[in-house]
Amino acid sequence: MRSTYSRLLLGTAALAGSALLYASQTNVRVAPDPDNAGLKLPAGFGALKVAETGGKARHIAITPQGTIYVKLNRVKDGKGILVLHSQPNGKATVTSGFGDYGGTGMYVKSGYLYASSDHDVYRYKLDDRGEVVDPAKAELLVRGLKVGSQHESKSIVLDNDNNLYVNVGAYANACQEQDRTRGSKGIPNCPILDSAGGIWQFKASQLNQRYAQGTRYATGLRNVVGLDWNPQDNQLFVMQHGRDQLHDNWPALYTDQQSATLPAECMYALSKGSNAGWPYIYYDPQRKEVMQGPEYGGDGKTAAKGDYLKPAAAYPAHMAPNGLLFYTGNMFPAKYRNGAFIAFHGSWNRAPEPQAGYMVAFQPFKDGKPSGQWEVFADNFSGSAEKTASGRADHRPCGLAQGPDGSLYVSDDSKGTIYRIVYNAKK
Amino acid sequence: MIFSKQFFLGIALVAGAGLTLQAQHRPIPKAPAKAAAKTAADPALAASLTRGAVVYKNVCITCHQADGGGLPPINPPLIKTQYVLGDKARLSHIVLAGLAEPIEIDGEEYKQHMPAQAYLTDQQIADVLTYVRNSFGNKASAVQVAEVKAVRATLK
Repeated sequence: MRSTYSRLLLGTAALAGSALLYASQTNVRVAPDPDNAGLKLPAGFGALKVAETGGKARHIAITPQGTIYVKLNRVKDGKGILVLHSQPNGKATVTSGFGDYGGTGMYVKSGYLYASSDHDVYRYKLDDRGEVVDPAKAELLVRGLKVGSQHESKSIVLDNDNNLYVNVGAYANACQEQDRTRGSKGIPNCPILDSAGGIWQFKASQLNQRYAQGTRYATGLRNVVGLDWNPQDNQLFVMQHGRDQLHDNWPALYTDQQSATLPAECMYALSKGSNAGWPYIYYDPQRKEVMQGPEYGGDGKTAAKGDYLKPAAAYPAHMAPNGLLFYTGNMFPAKYRNGAFIAFHGSWNRAPEPQAGYMVAFQPFKDGKPSGQWEVFADNFSGSAEKTASGRADHRPCGLAQGPDGSLYVSDDSKGTIYRIVYNAKK
Repeated sequence: MIFSKQFFLGIALVAGAGLTLQAQHRPIPKAPAKAAAKTAADPALAASLTRGAVVYKNVCITCHQADGGGLPPINPPLIKTQYVLGDKARLSHIVLAGLAEPIEIDGEEYKQHMPAQAYLTDQQIADVLTYVRNSFGNKASAVQVAEVKAVRATLK
């Protein structure tokens, strides 16, 4: 009855030829949870818990037809990718799963679903309904990527010219002779950078590529988890996880309070050949300056030697940006269009100061560049201020995706909750 | 119980070696009341716990957190695991030499390497391990300086 009525309305809307009306009519059918899924949101927004997957839900991708794909960090019941289908009220059901590998990367582009393990990148052909044609047939695009015991995620994104970009995180904090060890110096010409600590570019449709077939597109990036292709200026934007433990490793140079607020988590606008400077430097958001790292002769007061890419924008230290999404939908108010949402996974490296993050931020953009102050968009994933401060968050935002109607989806890799944020002003 | 907690705090303040608890921007995690009752009868243990809390705050807290819960799946918890409550020589070895292989606790795999903390004195390591073994709900025997010293000797 309800769906017949909706279809009638949709038909009227289509006849009226108004795309905007189409969008608003679609929205009416999605009901936010009475408590907005426990989130704190700007006025006019609502949220619902779409599904509880119970897995470590890392990045998510949604086809133009609305099928939701969730990459799990760890295989659950033999499945590393979950398939979700939405009901009219916005809730979704896990309908199937496939892929016997854990990982982070999940991306949909031009008729393919792309997925990554911590070593490899795969793709799956999608049919005209946005469903994977043969879940058993993973095409191996890239293999043999470097992985250590930290920063293992291989986040992925594509540009509009059939290129695939893969983050290979540095398997160290600051390229010390002894990782994370007090007073241990940095290794000159950090050898990690030859195969990690940067973004590699591969062909999106060539099978069995290794490092030799790829290009080190950008270097000096410690660990990128959130990244997206900015359609406005056709440029790759990434969020770096800044270095840890300035006080623990260099107590004579940094207090624990300084360590909690240094360095900034940085957004970078990359071009081919960009060098963001890790491990030699870090960005001090108070001084607004690129500083020489203490492992390489810095003392907390000396600006960096060498010319490195400056951040496009800076955010509070250690909040762990795990998702980046340029919003191109029509559902949200105009100010959000072409701006960036950032999922901050939340800190661990601020103790004994209170932990922070566990929220989705919004960064306004103008003409393809960050413009103006960022703001907290969706907060309280942790469950309470106390849980944020202690770091014992109930949920931790990780992946972001935009639904066909312009809804914003957020994944949580702690409990596996999938959230959907909608704008209901016209309800 | 409240009385003994205050009593322990009093001891901590006196024995705090120039570190006033109130002056800390975040309080040093306190040993639980149960341990406090025990330490009232054992001043040496009380002093070790107090010194251990200071070492914990300066060296361990970033990764293992104020509540000892660590950070799944990166930094392992110190709460009621055999790594903490079991063999003291193995525990001392982890602090002195670090730990490079992944470990599994309650079905969660922890991969981040523990850096060696060999620059700490035997006394500091004995104190902090005694503190860890008697905090966060843990209850186990104290680690003695001689025990740490014996493990350090094997590493040379």
